[in-house]
Amino acid sequence: MIDMSPNLVLVGLIVVLVTTGVYLLLERSLSRVLIGVVLIGNGANLLFLVAGGAAGRPPIVGLEPAGRMSDPLPQAMVLTAIVITLGMTAFLLAMAYRSWQLHRHDEVQDDLEDRRIARLAARDERAFEDADTEDSTTTLDQEAAETRDETDEGEPSPATHETHDRPTGDREEAR
Amino acid sequence: MNEYAFLVPLPVVVPLFGAGLALALYRRPRLQRIISVVALSVVLVVAATLLVLADDGPLVVDIGNWAAPVGINLVADRLSALMLTVSAAVTLCVQLYSLAQGEADGDEAAPVSIYHPTYLILAAGVANAFLSGDLFNIYVGFEILLAASYVLLTLGGTGERIRAGSIYVVVALLSSLLFLIAIALTYAAAGTVNLAQLAERLPEIDPGVRLLLQVLLLVAFGIKAAIFPLSAWLPDSYPTAPAPVTAVFAGLLTKVGVYAIIRVQTLLFPEGRMDDVLMWAALATMVVGILGAVAQDDLKRLLSFTLVSHIGYMIFGIALASQAGWSASIYYVAHHIIVQTGLFLVAGLIERRGGSTSLDSLGGLAKIAPLLGILFFIPAMNLGGIPPLSGFLGKVGLMQAGVQDGSWLALTLVVGGVLTSLLTLYALIKAWNKAFWQTPPEPLPDARLPKGMVGSAAALVVLGLTLTVAAGPLYGYAERAAAALADRSVYVQSVLPQDGRGSGESVDAAREEES
Repeated sequence: MIDMSPNLVLVGLIVVLVTTGVYLLLERSLSRVLIGVVLIGNGANLLFLVAGGAAGRPPIVGLEPAGRMSDPLPQAMVLTAIVITLGMTAFLLAMAYRSWQLHRHDEVQDDLEDRRIARLAARDERAFEDADTEDSTTTLDQEAAETRDETDEGEPSPATHETHDRPTGDREEAR
Repeated sequence: MNEYAFLVPLPVVVPLFGAGLALALYRRPRLQRIISVVALSVVLVVAATLLVLADDGPLVVDIGNWAAPVGINLVADRLSALMLTVSAAVTLCVQLYSLAQGEADGDEAAPVSIYHPTYLILAAGVANAFLSGDLFNIYVGFEILLAASYVLLTLGGTGERIRAGSIYVVVALLSSLLFLIAIALTYAAAGTVNLAQLAERLPEIDPGVRLLLQVLLLVAFGIKAAIFPLSAWLPDSYPTAPAPVTAVFAGLLTKVGVYAIIRVQTLLFPEGRMDDVLMWAALATMVVGILGAVAQDDLKRLLSFTLVSHIGYMIFGIALASQAGWSASIYYVAHHIIVQTGLFLVAGLIERRGGSTSLDSLGGLAKIAPLLGILFFIPAMNLGGIPPLSGFLGKVGLMQAGVQDGSWLALTLVVGGVLTSLLTLYALIKAWNKAFWQTPPEPLPDARLPKGMVGSAAALVVLGLTLTVAAGPLYGYAERAAAALADRSVYVQSVLPQDGRGSGESVDAAREEES
């Protein structure tokens, strides 16, 4: 049986790595976020070492008695995780660099479309302007009279055009 | 070991080989296209075969003949095979769509030499996540598909895509780290990461630790599946990508998260201590998601919000923790993958024809492109749950399971589900009216739709209809899959047939080690 009591130094190190990592992850600059990800990633890797129990002899069957071997499985997993984190770090770096190329900074930006919808909500304005729900001066009878015949290939009559144009115009003014 | 078990690794191996070949042949675009289509077709055929074979019991492969639980194993049970088949069909359709798009735009428009290998790697990652019988291998599958998705999302590196990509990548990295930490803690607690062995060992560990592991895994998968408090990243990042990429992300990536949640909830933590929390999360996901969709006036963003909202239905079915709930959930996942992908492809067509996806500047498409109208209308009604389409059948299954459950929380969710489907209908009809019937504010540009793009989008729409026509057998399959999930011993027995070990060469060595 392997000694499963965790190494306190390692646990302390994991705590420091993950907390500083989380702090950096909350920053807006991509390069700081990147360092945060690397720190938490290393914290997770150390956690695997703790999970494998105390260090032992090399895990080679026939060379060492089974009881004194260290657990090889977490090490294999850590190795995989390190490689993956390396690849992701490289990609994130490239993205931060591209962002710097484009904008001369690498800050995570807000979604403009999201902002626009939020501004509409703040002004209590509708996202959609429906022509048929706007207050219009024409009555239903007038509209019916003006409605374009489906079989008529000509241009829609100017009156219908106006009712459709008004809402868009209104909104331009509101802006 | 089943004689057909050699088929199981193929959906992972074939696209990976194809990706390597396609990358090596980057100077030969025509050859690249042939390779990617052939690879994805092979995957579809293999997946369909597995679908039939897995009905008689799970197919298990111990990779490299290393016996589970020491080695990694791939398991194709009914749930995996069904997910795999649906995802293979969708990836193939989207690939054909993007080929037609590339043909029409000329290859200078996009870096196609990177696109094909990356797309194949994405397919391999998805297949790996579905087939894996090992928690760490699921993580590897996730990373493969995520790495590919980072590249696809930021293809071309324009300012808008880098903005969207940075949010997406950071959130995905965070969820991967959480997953990694959860795996480390699981290993520390149970001494294994093999799903079958975990199913045997987890009941023996401390209940508090078990709950911690469950919560960590659910949070990690919840970010991937875009469950409400963890879903804000999705509508920000998906709509900026090219249409086929958005379509395949919307169809598959979130569903991989949902699949992982199903697996973890049924196999590892069947006692259901998080079910109430999941129920609330499902309700919030459905309602908040669809309210977001109602507020949007961009078609792609609207669809992204409906995507988030409908994840809630699947989580609802999982959280019911009954066979009826699970089978409805599984059917709903299959339906939603196809319909949502189809809708995004059609949104791509609308963008091409109308020059925009903003519902304020579109209009009158019903007159100039009636076929496009049909292609949009059918999946839109399907998503909204109009009978007799498959969305209706899936929702009825969920509602029935909810009423069967009978608790007030389940009944609240049934009401929430009905409300959500009404609001879905409202949002989609609004989009339908705006894009197809209103008088266009400005005349639309004159553009032709390539036949290949329309054809592959139509193929997906027809596939969605097939789900309705073949609903009986398919729902039966989903029910049998749910029954297999409920009876965990089948899965555990087929992975570890010989007193707690898989078949393979490492059995003897391991025995020696133990003695």
